[in-house]
Amino acid sequence: MTVELGHFALVLALALSLVQAAVPLVGARMEHPRLMAVAEPAALTAFALVALAFAALTAAHVTSDFSVVNVWENSHSLKPMLYKFTGVWGSHEGSMLLWVLILTLFGALVAVGGRNLPQRLRATVLAVQGMIGVAFTLFILTTSNPFARLDPAPIEGRDLNPVLQDIGLAVHPPLLYLGYVGFSISFAFAIAALIDGRIDAAWARWVRPWTLLAWVFLTGGIAMGSYWAYYELGWGGFWFWDPVENASFMPWLAGTALLHSAIVMEKRAALKIWTVLLAILTFSLSLLGTFLVRSGVLTSVHAFATDPTRGVFILAILTFFIGGALVLFALRAPSLAAGGLFQPVSREGALVLNNLFLSTAAATVLVGTLYPLVVEAVGGDRISVGAPFFNLTFVPLMVPLLLIVPFGPLLAWKRGDLYAVAQRLLAAFGGAIAVTLLALVFIDRSAAFAALGFGLAAWLVFGALTDLALKSGLPGVPLATAARRLAGLPRSVYGTALAHAGLGLTVLGIVSVTALEAERFVTMKPGDTAEVGGYTLRFEGLQPRQGPNFVEDRATFVVAGRGGEALGTVMAAKRMYTTRQMPTTESGIRTFGLGQLYVSLGDLTEGGGIVVRAWWKPLVTLIWGGALVMMAGGALSLADRRLRVGAPAPRRKAARQEAAA
Amino acid sequence: MRTARAMLAALALLCAAAMPALAVRPDEMLADPALEARARAISAELRCMVCQNQSIDDSDADLAHDLRVLVRERLTAGDTDAQAIDFIVARYGEFVLLKPRFSARNALLWGTPLLILLAGGVFLVLRGRGGGGKAAPLTGEERERLKDILGE
Repeated sequence: MTVELGHFALVLALALSLVQAAVPLVGARMEHPRLMAVAEPAALTAFALVALAFAALTAAHVTSDFSVVNVWENSHSLKPMLYKFTGVWGSHEGSMLLWVLILTLFGALVAVGGRNLPQRLRATVLAVQGMIGVAFTLFILTTSNPFARLDPAPIEGRDLNPVLQDIGLAVHPPLLYLGYVGFSISFAFAIAALIDGRIDAAWARWVRPWTLLAWVFLTGGIAMGSYWAYYELGWGGFWFWDPVENASFMPWLAGTALLHSAIVMEKRAALKIWTVLLAILTFSLSLLGTFLVRSGVLTSVHAFATDPTRGVFILAILTFFIGGALVLFALRAPSLAAGGLFQPVSREGALVLNNLFLSTAAATVLVGTLYPLVVEAVGGDRISVGAPFFNLTFVPLMVPLLLIVPFGPLLAWKRGDLYAVAQRLLAAFGGAIAVTLLALVFIDRSAAFAALGFGLAAWLVFGALTDLALKSGLPGVPLATAARRLAGLPRSVYGTALAHAGLGLTVLGIVSVTALEAERFVTMKPGDTAEVGGYTLRFEGLQPRQGPNFVEDRATFVVAGRGGEALGTVMAAKRMYTTRQMPTTESGIRTFGLGQLYVSLGDLTEGGGIVVRAWWKPLVTLIWGGALVMMAGGALSLADRRLRVGAPAPRRKAARQEAAA
Repeated sequence: MRTARAMLAALALLCAAAMPALAVRPDEMLADPALEARARAISAELRCMVCQNQSIDDSDADLAHDLRVLVRERLTAGDTDAQAIDFIVARYGEFVLLKPRFSARNALLWGTPLLILLAGGVFLVLRGRGGGGKAAPLTGEERERLKDILGE
C-alpha cells in the first residue's frame, strides 16, 4: 500500500511539474502576475510529492519488502540497517529518484528563498526547472519504475552489490547529485535570461552563490568518490580517468570556470554572454554525464544498442535541453548588452585566462571520453583512451593555469600592474624555489619533475598566504594592526585564499604519491616480515570470520617503524558475499602523519603463503584533505553576507562597506 | 554516476572474479630491476581488454597476466620498448593501447586541446586589440548607488 502511495505521489509530481513548466512561463510572457504566482506553490508541492515517493521507497527497503522488484534485486534481510537505507539509491531506479528529489528540492529552495527576485525572472527560472523535472520524472515512470511489484513475493532478496555496501554509498551519490543537479539552477537562470533578453544585477547576484553551492557539493562528491575507490578497489589508485569519473569531472571543470566568470560578471558586469554560455555548458555536461553512466553506452556502443530504451530516452532529454538551450543562445545572445571594459592585464584578464584553460581542459576530457564511442560507432573499430592519454594532455594544460592562480587575486580590477604584482609575489616565488631545491637535494636528486611539482604546490599555498598578508596591510603596517585587519577581512577573501591553498595541498598529495610511493609485492607465510617505505610488516596469520552477510579471511600484520618501535597492527581481508557469491578485497590502511600504509591481499599460494601487496603512500591524505579545504573555502565564501543566498546586504550598509573597501 | 565509483568498482570486481589474484604477482617479476621497471612502465600503457579501462598492470584478469608475461618475455629477448609494444599491438590490435597512436584517425583526439587553446587565445587577442567600443553608460541603479557612496 505504501509503495502504491509512493508511485501515485510520483505520478502526481509529474502533473505538478507540468503545471510548473507551463503556467508560469505563459504568465511571464503575458505579464500576468497570478499565472506567474503559480510557480512557487507548484514547485513546493512537486518537492513534497517526490519526497513522499522517496519516503515510500525507503520504507520498502528498510522493511525488506521483497514484493517490490527494486528491493528484491538490491537488498537482503540480513543486510546491515545502514545499507538497507543507503541501498535506496544503490540501484539505477533509486538513484534516478534521488536525482529528481534533489532537483525538486532546489526548485523548492528557489521558490522559498527567491522572494526578492523580480517576479518574471523567478517565474521563468522555476518554469525551466519544472521542464527538467517533467523530463526526468517521465523517464523514471516509463523506463525505470522503482515501485514495480512481484507476485508471488520472494522470501529473500538478492542482496546489494557488495562493493556498494560501504559508508561511501551513504555520502558519495548524494553529494555528487547535489553538485550535478545544483548546476540546473545556474542553467535555469541562463535560460531565463535568454528568454527575457536581459541580464541585470539580481541575475548575477543569484547565479554566483548557487554555482558556488553546487561546486562545493560536487567537489566533495568527487573527492569522496576518489577516496572510496582508493580504499575499496584494493590497488590504491585515487584517480583512474575512467569515463564514469570523467562524467563527474567535466561538470566540475566547467563549473569551476563558471564560478570564476560569475565573479567578473557580478563585480564588473563584464563577460555576460560568456557566463550565460558557460552556465548552459556546465549543466549540459552534467546531463551528458547522466547519459553516459545511465545508458550503458560506456561498456560498448553495442551493449547500448541491444537495450536502448533508457539510453534513447536520456539522449532525447539531452538533445532537447542542450540543443534547445544552444539554439536559444544563438538567437538571443546578441541582444544581451555587453558589459564593462577591461585591459588584458587585470583581474578580469586573469579570470579570462583561467576560463580559457579550464574550458580547454573540460573539452579535452570530453573528447577523450567520447572519442572511442565515436570511432566505434563510425568505423566499427575499437580504440582505447586511458590514463596515459589524459596525463599527457591534461597535465600540460593545468600547469600554466596553476602558475597564474596566485596572480589573480592580487591584480586590480579593470587595469592591473603586472610588474607590481610580481614584486609582491617575490617572497612566495622564493619560497616555491626553495621547496623545489630542498626536494631535489633531500628527497631524490634525479626526480626533477617531482621537485617542480612540489614547487608548484608550494607556489599555490604561499601565493594564497601572500594574498591574505597583503590584504591585511603587510608589510607596511605594524603586526598588531595587520592582525586586526586580517580578522576583519571579508569571508569571501578567506574563501578565495583557502580554495587556492586547498588546490595546492591536493597538488602536493598527488605529486608526492606519484613520485615517492614505495611498493612491495611479496608472498608471505605467518611470521614473515616485509619492509616498505621504512615500515616493517610482520604477518601474523589468517583468521576466518563471519560477518552479517559475508564470510572473510582476515590477515593481521604487526607494524614496526624504522627503529623497530611497535606501531600497532593493520588488518586486511578477503571477503566472500554469500548471496551473490562475489569476492571482495578489503584493504588494510593505517595513517601515519599525512601518509598511509596500504596493505592488500592476493591469492593463497601452495606452500601455505599468501600474496601481499603493500604500499607506503607519503602525503596521500592531502589529496582529499586539499579538497576539504577547497570546500571550506567555498562554504566560507558562501557565508559572506554580501553573497548569502537571497539576502543581499541592506543598501546603506552595503554602500558603506564598498566605500570602506 | 549514481555511484560513479561503484559501477567502476563493480566492473573491476567482475574482472577480479574471473581470476581472484592480485595484479602483478611476485613470481612474474623479472630479476633485473631495470628490465622490470621498463616492463611496469609498458604495462601501465596497455589495456586489459576484458576489463573496463584498467591497464594490465592494475588488472587481476587472466588475460592481463598473460600479457604481462608476454611483455617480460619480449624484453628479456632483447626487444626495445617500442618493439615490445608493436608486438602486442600486432597481435591484439590498437584497442590494447591506452594511449592511442598519433594517426590521421586520431588527429582530432590529439589536436583538440591545442586547437581550442589556440582558437581561444586568438579570439581573446583579436577582441583585446579591437578595443570593443565605448563603455556602457551608468544604469539608473548604478547612478543611485554612486550617490549613496558619495554620501548624499
